[in-house]
Amino acid sequence: MHKLLQDSPGEKIMLLGNEAIARGAVEAGVAFATTYPGTPSSEISLNLFQMSRESDLYFEYSTNEKVALEVAAAAANSGLRTFCMMKHVGLNVAADPLMTLAYVGVTAGMVILSADDPAMFSSQNEQDNRYYAKFGGLPMLEPSSVAEAKEMIKAAFDLSESMKQPVLLRTTTRINHSNAFVTFGKISPRMTKGRFIRDPQRCVTVPAVSRGLHVKLLEKLKNAAQMSETSAFNFIQGDGPLGIIANGVSFHYAADAVKDLGLEGRAKILRMGFSNPMPEKLIKDFVAGCEKVLVVEEGEPFMEEAVKAFAQEQGITIPIKGKSEDLFSRLFEYDPAMVREKMAAFFNIAYTPKTAVDTSDVPEIPMRPPNLCSGCSHRATFYEIKQAAKEMDVICPTDIGCYTLGFLPPLSTGDFVICMGSSVSSACGFSKATDQKVVSFIGDSTFFHSGITGLVNAVFNNHNFTLVILENDITAMTGHQPHPGVDMELFGLSGHGRINIEKLVRALGVEHVSVIKPFKVKKSIDTIKEALAFKGVSVIISQEPCALYAKSLKKLTPRPFVVSNKCVDHRDCITTIACPSFYLDGNNRVAIDPDTCVGCAVCAQICPENAIRPLKK
Amino acid sequence: METTRLIIVAVGGQGNLLASKVLGEAALIAGVPVRMSEIHGMAQRGGVVESAIVFGEAESSIISDGEADILLGFEPAETLRAIKRCGKNTQVITNTAPVPPFTVSVGMGTYPDVEEIKKLIKAKTAGLVAIDAMALAKEAGSPMSVNIVLLGALVQTGTLGFDRKVVEEAVKRRVKPAFLDVNLKAFDLGFTAAANA
Repeated sequence: MHKLLQDSPGEKIMLLGNEAIARGAVEAGVAFATTYPGTPSSEISLNLFQMSRESDLYFEYSTNEKVALEVAAAAANSGLRTFCMMKHVGLNVAADPLMTLAYVGVTAGMVILSADDPAMFSSQNEQDNRYYAKFGGLPMLEPSSVAEAKEMIKAAFDLSESMKQPVLLRTTTRINHSNAFVTFGKISPRMTKGRFIRDPQRCVTVPAVSRGLHVKLLEKLKNAAQMSETSAFNFIQGDGPLGIIANGVSFHYAADAVKDLGLEGRAKILRMGFSNPMPEKLIKDFVAGCEKVLVVEEGEPFMEEAVKAFAQEQGITIPIKGKSEDLFSRLFEYDPAMVREKMAAFFNIAYTPKTAVDTSDVPEIPMRPPNLCSGCSHRATFYEIKQAAKEMDVICPTDIGCYTLGFLPPLSTGDFVICMGSSVSSACGFSKATDQKVVSFIGDSTFFHSGITGLVNAVFNNHNFTLVILENDITAMTGHQPHPGVDMELFGLSGHGRINIEKLVRALGVEHVSVIKPFKVKKSIDTIKEALAFKGVSVIISQEPCALYAKSLKKLTPRPFVVSNKCVDHRDCITTIACPSFYLDGNNRVAIDPDTCVGCAVCAQICPENAIRPLKK
Repeated sequence: METTRLIIVAVGGQGNLLASKVLGEAALIAGVPVRMSEIHGMAQRGGVVESAIVFGEAESSIISDGEADILLGFEPAETLRAIKRCGKNTQVITNTAPVPPFTVSVGMGTYPDVEEIKKLIKAKTAGLVAIDAMALAKEAGSPMSVNIVLLGALVQTGTLGFDRKVVEEAVKRRVKPAFLDVNLKAFDLGFTAAANA
């Protein structure tokens, strides 16, 4: 049985934050869950996916976050407890349904989780999604620890159900990817089939209806504000004239700092866990009892601005500070020493920071940048495109996935990325705005997510570029989740449809469509040259399963290659494709690590001396 | 209760996350509060994996520069790279067997001399235990047991405050039965090597 399905209340177990959140949802009786995978949220959905295979929980990997939220919205309006989770930038994709679902509301508990990524460990920006709660008018909860995250999602379901409003649960990477002990609670029964009751005055958002709904939304928010005033998630810890207001992981940094600086008895912390709407009276009373207030929050001054506004209404003029040149930054994540230092400075407390060792005499240590795996087909495709387009002035918009790493030398194929799907639509723009040749790259999962609409645009507006769809049969970057082009039988699941990318692209009216097998180097280059010569929209589908995934399925048996004595040390293999299986041996000769080489044979095909051969066992 | 802050650095695939889980389990057995944070986004693609483990009363789950009480490095250059996490009172334990980055493997970068790495770390911190954990792991029966060799060495230093039996019990709970004997031997070899280092 899946470890998170065990009905063993009281059991203490070490869980990853994301596992704790998945468990909390199960304890709350979640019946319906949707997502599009994205770090740092991915393990929540992975665990729900696994649990759905052993229980009557419904889970789906939806095509993108907008789809996931709309699917979930229907379930939550049919009386089922529903959970929709995504990474922070995913909520941008889902923002359209989000803003109006806030008007419509739900009939059963619905939690929308946004996993924010301060410091961008695995994201293209570090936007602060607390503003979505304010923007849309949704109640929001923010945990400070792994154990609290499990309890908070249960409270979020109850809150949502009582208000008939979706609730935003906002986490950050340091919650999602921390481990701590969590105590299992009781698993509530799931109601897995509901009934939709027609209610057009609430559910059909024509202007006349929506005008009324916005009025109701503001009333709901008034009620939510009352709940926020008395919520156990908003509490004051400690006592004294020095005030601190903190949320999320910053609360623990602040609490440790109060102890470390000996401020117990002199400082109190208001921890904000129910942070939209902000509890006006609680904050006004708190600030009234302080000589100074320090607001500790990663990201934007979300709480700080509200606190200052409340203080202004009360005519309170004490110093209230958070983000400023000499205090906290809006950039990146915080850490305990930083919070301790800023707190000491703001409250004029003597403090000598621990000094880190002097690193001025440490020699430069070679970096360890991530690299495409040994036998990754993307490497072959990038190499072939570069060869075919050698003589051209090329722009290569690329997209979000493992293949973004193609921008690194020596492949250096990737010039423009802003968000999922942008490779296709930005190619449209580049092809009109310049006379350069445009070749853009998108993975299969990303193509389904948001590349298709860009391609429709390209055909309709008669743009001129080549789109390379990297079809590796899985969502690789986030840990091998399925997508609509995947054979679900490989997951042991029947009853799923499967979309054929080539047929889809042809049906969209793309006139020049070709399919390559990237491990056949010469043939692929010839085919690519034809596609590049076509005036209009051409699509190349590069088909080869993700090597890591194929290995895990035992569908790929590595057949390593070896560098023979015919090698005359051109090193084309290393300098042009840089597969991580290459190394220089004791004699400074190129060699191949037989433990990691999977035998894609791309290097063997580009070696001018034919010196790379299969290893004879 | 004193707070002890441990940083573990490794290269993707070296088993750092299992080592962290074993220490978490040991904390549970010993009744010590523990919080751990890990960054492992690109690990599968050859990047660095870092875990922060905070034992004791502090509530934060990450560790600031200069504030690690112990630095456990699974790879010598990565141990040196993480030296900014240490202060002059930090105990360092490192594997001496390099896993060269790709750039070095193909002659586009220079790997620092391991003896030089040891000298630098020793001069800057309270102490260094340096062992060839890869050789010991192979001796134990599997190169995959590097992580448990290093746990043995860590426990031997006494900086963690855990009794050897507690951590061995945690290994039993966390390691798959088929690999248990190899790992217990690995633990012992690491422990002994650290005692003689």
